[in-house]
Amino acid sequence: MNTINEKDNLLNNKIEYNSKDKNFYFEPGVIIAKADELFSWARKSSLWQLTFGLACCAIEMMSTSASNYDFDRFGVIPRPSPRQADVMIVSGTVTLKMASRIKILYEQMSEPKYVISMGSCATCGGPYWQHGYHVLKGVDRIIPVDVYVPGCPPRPEALLDGLITLQKKIEKEYLLKEKNDNKRNI
Amino acid sequence: MTIKEIFDLLKNRFENIKIYIEKFEVGEEYIVVSPDVLKQILQEIRNNPRLHFDYLMCISSVDDANGEIKKDENGNKIIKGGTLSLYYHLYSTTRNHKIAIKTSVDRENPAVPTAIDLWKSADWHEREAFDMMGIKFEGHPNLKRILMPYDWNAGFPLRKDFITPEYYNDLKIPY
Repeated sequence: MNTINEKDNLLNNKIEYNSKDKNFYFEPGVIIAKADELFSWARKSSLWQLTFGLACCAIEMMSTSASNYDFDRFGVIPRPSPRQADVMIVSGTVTLKMASRIKILYEQMSEPKYVISMGSCATCGGPYWQHGYHVLKGVDRIIPVDVYVPGCPPRPEALLDGLITLQKKIEKEYLLKEKNDNKRNI
Repeated sequence: MTIKEIFDLLKNRFENIKIYIEKFEVGEEYIVVSPDVLKQILQEIRNNPRLHFDYLMCISSVDDANGEIKKDENGNKIIKGGTLSLYYHLYSTTRNHKIAIKTSVDRENPAVPTAIDLWKSADWHEREAFDMMGIKFEGHPNLKRILMPYDWNAGFPLRKDFITPEYYNDLKIPY
């Protein structure tokens, strides 16, 4: 009996759902939301990750993808083509030889695109900071980075935390509004 | 066979070639040969049925840094003269014995004959030794850098007087 009553309530009453600074109104069969908020909510919930790994951080990244930590909970699935990827996780040491390749991969990704710098090596050179004649001291010297995840290598929990931080950043983006504002300015 | 027996066999086979056994403070004994007879010795230990070293495990290159230490005009350390050394680690899968052979080459013009016709695995080991130390392997079919970028022109990084350059293709290298 209880369940039927709850269902009736759902159908008859408008339900207000508050998530921090956002308001979604649920009516039967209709969801009303701001277009920008809806889009950023959709984008943050299906971040497709460019499949590549550079060093031991990649092992942790793979373990994050696997069933124990399950990246897929957050909508992250590996995507082999940069054209279809939304986020690039730079997992490992960026050597000078690799740097130009990473830059090309980043340029091939379509907008909007995000970068997570995973581990000490990708962030600042890590253990190679002094005598690393072959290491680029931070991937942010060639491409812009959104989130830095410290650790050597970071545990899967740390990477998940970095991903959630990125999702929070995407939540606050208003791409349509920015586009319209730019048009007006022109 | 022990290294002593292998050494005696080589000594009997090549009577007028100077080889000797050396031992460092730690580690195993190894046979020292000069680079101009290196190829003969390697051929012998590869093809002699009593030795039959069919597996080249590793070629290590070492900068002995035993030359004259100078300073250039910028105050950087440079080493003149002295030697670079190569260590060949070999194993016989049929006879189940192993050996290390050392040869020292002149630092200013380091060149040894390639071992690629004896062991295929020498290919990448020799390319690595060339990449890191600048030792030229005469007769190698594809002697180019293996780890560093192909257009790297700042020298050989594992030499003791190597100086990390400031830039590589507009990428700043120092921290």
